Formats: sequence, structure tokens, C-alpha cells
Amino acid sequence: MRAQERNHEKVIFEYSHPGRGATDQWPEELPASATADLPQQLRRTRRPVLPEVSELETVRHFTRLSHLNFSIDTHFYPLGSCTMKYNPKACNQYAMLPEFLGRHPLAPESHGQGFLTCMYELQEMLKEVTGMQAVALSPMAGAHGEFAGVAMIRAYHRSRGDLARNEIIVPEAAHGTNPATATMCGCVVREIPVNDEGDIDLEALRAAVGPNTAGIMLTNPSTLGVFERRIEEVARIVHTAGGLLYYDGANLNAILGKVRPGDMGFDVIHMNLHKTFSTPHGGGGPGAGAVGVSARLRPFLPLPIVGLEEGNRYRWLTEKDFPQSIGRLSGFMGNAGVLLRAYIYMRMLGREGMSQVGEYATLNANYLLSRLKNAGFDAAYPSRRASHEFIITLKRQARELDVTAMDFAKRLLDHGFHAPTTYFPLLVPECLLIEPTETESKDILDAFVSAMTQIQQEAEQEPERVTSAPHTMPVRRLDDVRAAKQLDLRWKPTA
Amino acid sequence: MSNVPPDLQYTKTHEWVRRLPDGTVEIGITDHAQHALGDLVFVDVPEAGRALKVGDPAAVVESVKAASDVYAPVSGEVTQGNPGLAAEPEAVNTDPYGKGWLMRLRPAPGGATAELMSAPEYQKLLQTEAA
Amino acid sequence: MAFIPHTPADVEAMLATIGVSSIEQLFDEIPASLRVKSLAGVPVELNEMQIGRLMSERARTDGRPLCFIGAGAYEHHIPSAVWAITTRGEFYSAYTPYQAEASQGTLQLIYEYQSMIASLTGMDVSNASLYDGASAVAEASLMAVRANRKSKSLRILIPRTVNSMYRRVAVATAGNQGLRFEDIPYSPESGLTPVEALKKYEGEDITALVIQQPNFFGQLEDVDALTDWAHAHGIFVIAVVNPTSLALLRPPGEWGTTGKGADIVVGDGQPLGVPLSSGGPYFGFMTTRMEYVRQMPGRIVGRTVDLNGREGFTLTLQAREQHIRRAKATSNICTNQGLLVTAATIYMSLMGAVGLERTAAASHARAKDLVAALTAVKGVRRAFVGPYFHEVVLLFDRPVAPILTSLASRGILGGLDLSELYPELGYALLVCATETKSLSDINSYVTALGDAMQSAVRAA
Repeated sequence: MRAQERNHEKVIFEYSHPGRGATDQWPEELPASATADLPQQLRRTRRPVLPEVSELETVRHFTRLSHLNFSIDTHFYPLGSCTMKYNPKACNQYAMLPEFLGRHPLAPESHGQGFLTCMYELQEMLKEVTGMQAVALSPMAGAHGEFAGVAMIRAYHRSRGDLARNEIIVPEAAHGTNPATATMCGCVVREIPVNDEGDIDLEALRAAVGPNTAGIMLTNPSTLGVFERRIEEVARIVHTAGGLLYYDGANLNAILGKVRPGDMGFDVIHMNLHKTFSTPHGGGGPGAGAVGVSARLRPFLPLPIVGLEEGNRYRWLTEKDFPQSIGRLSGFMGNAGVLLRAYIYMRMLGREGMSQVGEYATLNANYLLSRLKNAGFDAAYPSRRASHEFIITLKRQARELDVTAMDFAKRLLDHGFHAPTTYFPLLVPECLLIEPTETESKDILDAFVSAMTQIQQEAEQEPERVTSAPHTMPVRRLDDVRAAKQLDLRWKPTA
Repeated sequence: MSNVPPDLQYTKTHEWVRRLPDGTVEIGITDHAQHALGDLVFVDVPEAGRALKVGDPAAVVESVKAASDVYAPVSGEVTQGNPGLAAEPEAVNTDPYGKGWLMRLRPAPGGATAELMSAPEYQKLLQTEAA
Repeated sequence: MAFIPHTPADVEAMLATIGVSSIEQLFDEIPASLRVKSLAGVPVELNEMQIGRLMSERARTDGRPLCFIGAGAYEHHIPSAVWAITTRGEFYSAYTPYQAEASQGTLQLIYEYQSMIASLTGMDVSNASLYDGASAVAEASLMAVRANRKSKSLRILIPRTVNSMYRRVAVATAGNQGLRFEDIPYSPESGLTPVEALKKYEGEDITALVIQQPNFFGQLEDVDALTDWAHAHGIFVIAVVNPTSLALLRPPGEWGTTGKGADIVVGDGQPLGVPLSSGGPYFGFMTTRMEYVRQMPGRIVGRTVDLNGREGFTLTLQAREQHIRRAKATSNICTNQGLLVTAATIYMSLMGAVGLERTAAASHARAKDLVAALTAVKGVRRAFVGPYFHEVVLLFDRPVAPILTSLASRGILGGLDLSELYPELGYALLVCATETKSLSDINSYVTALGDAMQSAVRAA
């Protein structure tokens, strides 16, 4: 049944009836004496406003809401920089074994060797595929891992008395979290340009480094979808000036099993386990941003980390083992359930599968790029190979037809495709950053090209259809301005 | 083509300055700036009495797609932030040089000023930026 | 298994379209010196059957002991419907709802979540989650610095009765931006933070005071007196709360006697339908007053209308966030904890106010039963006097660690040994019981404890 034909799904509170609830799920009612020892002055006088609906009504409501979503399980999501690959069901099934689910974070190590073995092996596998010397698993998202990485760089310089180093160099094409992270770490951001080929401007880099340089944050392949060919030179320039190299692992899928950031000269990296290692995106998380470091940054890693003792026993390493650690970023040990899923995925890939990921992600991206170029679309960097993603620019369509990247994105929804990433990186006007991932088949890529071609034709002949898209989704384009001006951020009962 | 009134002065960062008869200056953002931002949804103006140095971020203009700082073009003390913008931020879009003024400052005597351009100079800047 | 669908025929056709003869050629821009030679450190691939066996074996090793530990993570009954729906592919494998038209399910769900958690905490607005309770305290401190315009000191008062694990994270996260966290001592009799301990800060520039209720010891603070004191001195109140307890206890939005209430409320949402799973993923919640909404980090969903006037939901106030504001963002947070919010929203819908109240009451009753049973054992007594909620500190007449080891060998996790976090308490143990524990579970604990006490050496 098409989404637009379904009745609009009310906000759950509008289904409430006094006295209704999933009553079978509730504990027995206790007499007032059970809580009489709680001081009256501290007690709630009015109940909170929560839904009053039966179990079946709840199940129906949320199931119907799920039908209003696109998801990897239902749609192709060529979102550049997000790596929307298939989330294997096995990862969920085995991560949710009751013993793993029921384990308290503060349970003793004696009752967690199974879990700790998985975490230790995950650390080891991540070290191997990234070429780093040590890994910590506790940051809970990519941005969190970035924070850890920059904090470690600062801690390193401080430990050597190098207090003046507080500048972080960031290419202008960088993801927004990079400069935001630098600021959160008390650093100052210096942006440098990229050239027309998508590589870093080495002259600008030489001019930007100096005694205040703490480090540089880079993604390779870059956010422009191309490999930074002179990365070894970049590393040399920054290291010679006394700075460190930070690798944003968002694009690791392009080079998994083919190139290792450690070998490129990076001192610290964060990995997005919810991208490269296929843990679920969940409608906005949870992620996991494990960090890997070279030997000189190892003392500063965030805690806790799993260590191996004699007799093959695993234990948590703490401040006693890492007195110079930047500290703890998570109440416990990070997103354990996510880490388990990444572990299961990596074990299923095995050493053979790692390089297949890089190979087929790159094959799919280059195929899609070729087909789109042949169909008349403009690549932002036409002379370069695609990595696992590439950029198409629609600035010609915007200029000649008054149809923008946003319009194409919305019309793609009508064709059953989630739009690619739009308007990022900021450098390329009217851009679509497209990343198919390795788990998509050739047919889907062909269908996508077909849809883009149709939208182009429509843009030429009937542009109104495109600029007012989508037409077949549960809602049309939404009034963002009103959303920000007339803030309606929670349901309120009408009098 | 954006509107650039001839009797005002302008900064590189797209603020305008109007000298008022009582010695204070009135500050806002230009037509070019409001157009780039899109419909404003919120404006954060400084409170009276706040001391600003030239180049300090003095106000924030927020649209759906961007939240931009507005920088003080002169050093001085804020005499007033535009009270009408709380209810009507879109006045900055519809009347950026009139009802959409952001703040008034009493310049510090001998205080620093940013490089201020005349209207024709600002026009030229807009032309080079558009190229 | 790499889940790659391509047949050799597909590959051939694709290479021909690209105009290369092999996949390897696609990597020709990458210097040969950088290419990986081998990944011998990664084991060979496993198929599903093999990984299934491996994981089942590892799970069996860990077993399912009876757990009486709380300390920030609480075992509650989770109705099956919660995760059955949460793991639906349409929620599980959905992306962040940036393209609103393709994400109305997630967006509406978050809007409903925001409504529920705002009401539960007695505040005006909520965000769409932060990583966990600990990082939420860090974010709340940074938000207080932004929002409390009268204060410039960046000094945050944080009582020792606030979860130390949260304090550590706040220091590690916000310390880099110049925030200073200052400890406030607690009263050794009551395990509470007395207002007297705050008096020395009167007249000084302090940005915020953190108040946890129930506090880390399970004791119930005099939140009104603390809140009134803070507000009388221009200090923001950051409340840290357990969501289950809010079914019975007055929410932070109603703390204080002047009608003002807490300024920012945070906590960990794990008790709301999220399993213990070794500490994560959980989610941090944050609610605040309307006047501070623009200072709040993280995503926020708003209701609006579409081109046809039809109601719809979208991310709003995005101009504060990293992808637009970049270096000046309220936070660098991008991915948060969406799937856990999904679970919590379904949980709160099933339980409702009454179910949550009964869960809280049953947990409290069980905790009282536990305390009564344990303190009947010779050598065990309560550390503090006064009311508590579902967690209690017990003092032993001998070291706690060997006792816990003995209990663990019998399949019972007796509680959290406090000797590292609070050495001044002596041989102290933090114990917790929720509605999941039966009287027979408590009896098992008591029996095992009796044995453990007999075999342990009595302290001199």
C-alpha cells in the first residue's frame, strides 16, 4: 500500500484513554505502605503525561510509524560519507544473546571473560586493519572519537612542555565535526584550501604549519571522494613542523584491506564502526568511534581498554596502567552492544573479506560514476578515479534550469531512492556526494542511473514536478522556517 | 542586484553603519547578507550596557541553514539592541536598513574602528565576490 | 562473508563500462608503497553457523548470575514488544532523519519521546538524546556556561554524592574548554549534601551546581534547599535523575520553593527499556526550559506543516549544530543514540505513568526487603540514616572484596565495592534491588552471604 494512501498516523497521546495501558506488563499494585517511607515533601503530586494505550495499540502505532521510514532494509541509500551498507542480521542476533544483554557493566571480570575476549579480539583486529599500535573502544560515536583524538594530540604536546601548540589545520572540505571538535578541545582552527584536482594545496600547508601547529585533521580518501595522492608528503611536512596527523575514518570503507592509515603516516585515527563495520544506524545512532594510535600516543588513550594477562585472562586496564590517559569519555566502557556487532561482522568478513570490502565498494562507485557521466551528468573531479564515493555537481542544472541538488534529492524519493548526501562538502556547489557501498548489486545501480536520467528529462521539460517534489511520500516538503520560528517541540494536551 | 544605500558605510563582513545625530551609531546587516542567509528565524541582539571591541561577535542572526555572527565594526558600548526583532526576526529580511537594524552603539572616544567602506566600494566588493 | 552480491558476469560488465581490465586498476592512484601486503593478524572468515557457535560458547562462559548491582545501570523487566519493534529493519537500519519526507516514522517517534521525557522531568523541552548520562553531565555543564550569562567563572560545583563515573567524564570532556569542577563534601551520617557545605561559595562567581537525586548512595537529597540556595546566588541548577524514580519523586522542574525549578535536567535513560548489556549502548537525556532551548546541544525534532498544510515532523534549530555552525557549534555531537530512544519511547508507551509508578514502587519495596534481610546478618549495617530509593550503602565489619568473590562463585553479584571510589567509608558496599528480584532471590543472597562471612577472615 503506498504511503500516501495510509491514514495519517496520530501522535500516540491522541490514542490515550484514561485507565488504558499494557496492564499485563505492570508489576502488581502495592499498598501505600510500600512507599510510605519516602518523604511527602519529595514526592510527586501529579502524574507525568505518558500515553495510556494498550499493548496492541502500542504495537500497531509504532509498527505503522516504521512504515513511514526509508531504511537500508527497504531502500538504496547512496549517502556519501555514511556507508549505508547492509546490516547483517547475524550481528544483531548474536549480540543480543541473553547472557550478553543481561550483563551488568560493573560485573566482575570473572563473569565476563566471554565478552572481554570479544572486545580484546576486536581491538586486535582494528589494529591490524588500520596499521595502528593500540586501540581504545570507548568513544560512543565518530565525533566522540574525534574528540578523543584531538585531546590526545594536545595531551602529547603538553607532556613534552610544548604548550604553544594549539592550532589544528583542517582542509576547507572537512566534515563539520572536525572544526567543532577542535574548538571543544580548546584549540584554534586553521583552514587550508584544496586545489582544483581535489588534493590539498601543499604550498598553503607549508605556510600554515609552524611552532603553533598541534596537528592536522584529514580524511583519506577525502570528503571530495578522491585519494590524497601526496599523503606521504603531507605527513612529512606536518611531522617536520612538529605536528601530528589525525585521520578521520569516515571513509575507511574505500581502502579497507587495501591501504592502512598507520602506513600513510597517521598518528591517531578514529573509526566509525556504524559505517565501515556495519553496525546499525538506528535512526540516528548508537554509533561507536573506536580510536587507534601510534606508539607515541598510546599512553594517552581513553579508558577503559581490555588487556590480556597471563593464563589467557582478560581484564580492564585502568588509570593505574595508563596514568597519562586523557580520561574516561563514557560512564562505563562505551557502546558495548555496538562493539559486539562490529566484532561479529569483522569475524564474518575475515582477512579475505576486508579487502573485498574496499574492492567492491570502489568498483561500485566507479561503475556508478561512469554510468552517470555517460548519462550527461557533471562529475566534480572528472579526471580522478572515484574512491568509494564521488561527487556529481548540478550547478549547470541550477543555472540553466533553476533546478537544484535539493530538488533532485527530493524527486529521487519518489523513485524509491534515498537521496545522496547533498550540499556537503561545502566547496562544491549544488553537489551530490554518492556512495553506493559494496553490498549493492549492479541492478540497483542501473535503476538509480535510470531514475536520475528521468529526473533530468523532467527538469528540462516539466521542472515544476521536480522543484515541488516529493509527491508520493507521506508528507510533501516541510516548512522549515515555520518549524524554527513557531517552535512546537512537544505534544501538549488541548484544553 | 542587492540594495546598497549610498549614505551608509559598510564592512567586509557585510555589516552596515549609520551615524546618528546624537553621536551613536546604528548597525545592521546588508541586503546581500540577508539574502544569503535566507528567512531569519531568530536574532540574538546584545543587551544595553555591553562593552564591545571592534571585531567582537556582537549579535547572531539565525536562519534555517545558517547561524552567523555579526561583528562590532567599532569599539563602544551598546545603548540598545533592537527589541522588535524578538517577535519579528524577518524584519531583517524585508527591511535590512530600516526596521531590521540590530543594535545601536556609543563609540568609545578614540576607540578603534574597522575598515569602513563607502557604498561604491562595497558595491565593488560584491561584484568581485560574485565572480 | 562480505555480503557482496556480484557475480563474475556482473564484474566483467562493470569493468567494461568503466574501461578498466581489473578491479586492482581502480586503485592505481594509490602509491604502490602504501598498499597492504597481508592482514595476517585478522583471523580467516567465518560463516554464520560458525560465528553463531562461537558467540554462543562465549555467552555460556559468562552465564547469568543474579545481579544486585545498581550504580547507574538498573535491571528492569523489558516487555518483549519493545525490542521486537525496535529491531524492525525500518527503525534499525534507518539513517539519521535529515531527509524529513523519508523519515517521518523516526521523526514522529522522537517528537513523542521529547514530549514524554519533558513531562517526566517536569520541564519544557527535550533534545533527541546524548550519548549517555555521564556525557550528558558534561554537555549540561557546557550549556550552563553558555546560558548563564551572569557568570563568567566556568566553575561548576559537583557534590561527591554525584556519581563519580559521571564526574570523571565531565572533567575529561569539559575540562579542555576551561571548565573547573569543584567537589562538595557530604555529611557522613546522612550521606547527603548539606547546604552548609555550599555557604563558603556565597558571593563568589559560580556557574552551576549539580544535584543528583537519588544520589549515588541511593540517599534522597533535600533538593528544595539546594535549589533555592543556588538560585538565590545566580547559580544554575543541573539536575541528574533516574527516570524510573521520577514516577514517584517530584521532578526537577518542580524543585525549589520559588516555583523556578532546575534549569537543566540530565540523566541516563537506560532504565527505560534498555538492557544492561555490559554498559552500553544507553542514552543520555536532556531537558530544559524554553528560554534555553537554543543553548541545548544535540538534535531536536519539531512539528510543522508541509506544502499541503499537512502535519509533519522535521529536525529543527539545526543552525546550532556541527554540520552548519562548524567551529562555533553548541557541541560536536552528530550521531547520538537514536535506536535506544526508540526502545525507551515504546517502553514508556507500554508502561505509562501507572506502570512506571508500580515499577518504581516494587523496586523500592524489594530494596527495603533486601536491606532488612542483609542487615540481619551479623557484621552488616546501613552506612547512612534517612530515606533512600532502591539503592543503599551497607557497611561490613571486614573487607568487601573477598565476600563479593565468594558470592560470585555462587552466581550472585552482591553489589559494588565502594572502597576505590569512596575509601573514607571503610568496608562499604552499594546494593540495589529492582522489581526483577523475588523474595527467594533475596534469600539466596542472604544464605550465600552467611557462608561468605563465615569463611572470610574477620577484620581485626
